[in-house]
Amino acid sequence: MIRFEEVTKEYPDGTRAVKNLNLEIRKGEFVCLIGPSGCGKTTTLKMVNRLVEPTRGTIYVDGQDIMKVDPVQLRRRIGYVIQQIGLFPHMTIEENITLVPRLLGWDKERCRRRVEELLPLVGLDPDQYRHRYPRELSGGQQQRVGVLRALAAEPDLILMDEPFGALDPITREALQDELKKLQSKLHKTILFVTHDMDEALKLADRIVLMKDGEVVQDGSPEDLLRHPANDFVAAFIGRERMAAAVGATPVEELMIRRPVTAGPNKGLAEAVQLMRQKRVDSVVVVDEENRLLGVVTAREIQQHRDRARTLGEIMSGEPACVEVGAPVTEALQRMFVERLDHLPVVDRERRLVGLITRTTLVDLLSREGWPNGSTGGSSQGVSA
Amino acid sequence: MNEWERVLRVLSDPAVHRAVWVQTGQHIYLSVVPVLAATLVAVPLGIVLTRARRLAEPVMNLVGVLQTLPSLALLAFMIPLLGIGRLPAMAALFLYALLPILRNTYTGLRAVDPALIEAGRGMGMTSWQLLFLVELPLAFRVIMSGIRVATVLIIGWATLAAYVGAGGLGDLILTGFATVSAGHIIAGGVPVTLLAILADWALGRLERAVTPRGIRV
Ligand SMILES: Nc1ncnc2c1ncn2[C@@H]1O[C@H](COP(=O)(O)OP(=O)(O)OP(=O)(O)O)[C@@H](O)[C@H]1O
Ligand SMILES: [Mg+2]
Repeated sequence: MIRFEEVTKEYPDGTRAVKNLNLEIRKGEFVCLIGPSGCGKTTTLKMVNRLVEPTRGTIYVDGQDIMKVDPVQLRRRIGYVIQQIGLFPHMTIEENITLVPRLLGWDKERCRRRVEELLPLVGLDPDQYRHRYPRELSGGQQQRVGVLRALAAEPDLILMDEPFGALDPITREALQDELKKLQSKLHKTILFVTHDMDEALKLADRIVLMKDGEVVQDGSPEDLLRHPANDFVAAFIGRERMAAAVGATPVEELMIRRPVTAGPNKGLAEAVQLMRQKRVDSVVVVDEENRLLGVVTAREIQQHRDRARTLGEIMSGEPACVEVGAPVTEALQRMFVERLDHLPVVDRERRLVGLITRTTLVDLLSREGWPNGSTGGSSQGVSA
Repeated sequence: MNEWERVLRVLSDPAVHRAVWVQTGQHIYLSVVPVLAATLVAVPLGIVLTRARRLAEPVMNLVGVLQTLPSLALLAFMIPLLGIGRLPAMAALFLYALLPILRNTYTGLRAVDPALIEAGRGMGMTSWQLLFLVELPLAFRVIMSGIRVATVLIIGWATLAAYVGAGGLGDLILTGFATVSAGHIIAGGVPVTLLAILADWALGRLERAVTPRGIRV
């Protein structure tokens, strides 16, 4: 849908706002451009509709080099929501929404129907609002109309520059939800500039993180959270969000993959021998089909040494376990609440696939986003 | 005969009444034509200046200098160029009317929120559409108030046109000066004042009527 090839923008005063940008945005993708102030997000966005023209490089929209297209025609088929709101104060809501359709020569009746279609999408009653002026609407309502205005002529591609930046947090979230709902219905290609990471994480299929005119990382929200490319990205995303994301990591990413196992008939002495050899303090008891039967620790063996002979005799009846796919936080919480040292991970058929131990916590803590001595709120359950 | 009686005599003289009506008509003509002409020149010129910013300053300065010339001097200056009569008077009034209209057009257009202009451009308006659909409507109030100020100013200054034989209510006033007749001065001065007030009020109404509700103050 959009392709940047080696695009550089130098402003007349010598500022290099965008450097050698290569970026491809596929049809139907919701891409967030994010980065600190002045990193070139707005410049990148405006190059798509030629409000800013690149110094070098080529930009393709729908496979067409945009420098070979009439900018007025190009812009009429690209929706554009500017920072702040940008509704025309001297036009009614209806006139604002139908601006591009009118430029395209739609007849009155079609414009009117379009307004009736659009306003309800964001929960505004057409009869009540169409003839109002922007200043007769609240900020949030104005911003909704701003988004509708970009949708009016049914463009496939929409550019949005911090559309919700000026709103209070509650309204902003409501609008984000609406936009997300809208997008799941309409499947537009959206290039969305923001410097609010939460907003990007919430809305984007893909996040492009920029710094000083260059792309630092380009990936799914998941990617950014779990595998930040460098310290800058990690710092930009912020510890808390990454911690939360790490917590959402499924257990199989952190578990010990080949825990020491033994059959229920294994003798205690033999089991102790095995544990010493593998330098572990527990052994998972499984049947011939690798199905989980229980966990026995070195300590339990010591306690039962006089009365029992085999592992099967001392393991507890219904061992605690988690299924693959469960988030690590859930596993950790159970270990904490049920005072477990070990938590086996099983598949649907209760076959053992791994083991979570207290060491797992250390692994978790050592992940990026969990710096030494973190005092983040989410580490509480861990240190207890 | 005391002063009051003389004034009353003049004010009740049918010849003076006729003169008031005729001269009011001339006065309106003397004011309206220069203001209209100045509007037709200054608004487009103001628009051009917003597109050619480098020209803006010298042009505004030049027009500013014209306005600081004493009005009588400007009028006198017109006589060798255009002779006496209506034409030089209206030419001088035209030059006076230019500045307020030009200045308001220019500043009014410059004051339009650049974000709105960019929104318009980004949505695919041509520069003409931008001018007529966004910039002029938004600058309309400021431009109109420039025209209003110019009109009131010119109605006042048009009294001086009588010095170059252009007629208007200035004739009565000049007669009043020459014959030391307060009655003639009142007969000429009061209608001028009323005209100015009326013009101000009417243009104000027009401005309100034409301004969209969304940007009325
Ligand atoms: N018209 C211009 N002339 C000169 N320099 C400019 C111009 N517009 C932007 N810049 C510079 O280019 C760089 C990138 O600007 P840009 O507006 O793209 O940043 P941004 O990422 O959108 O920032 P923000 O989050 O503050 O909106 C900045 O250093 C800015 O000062
Ligand atoms: Mg920006």
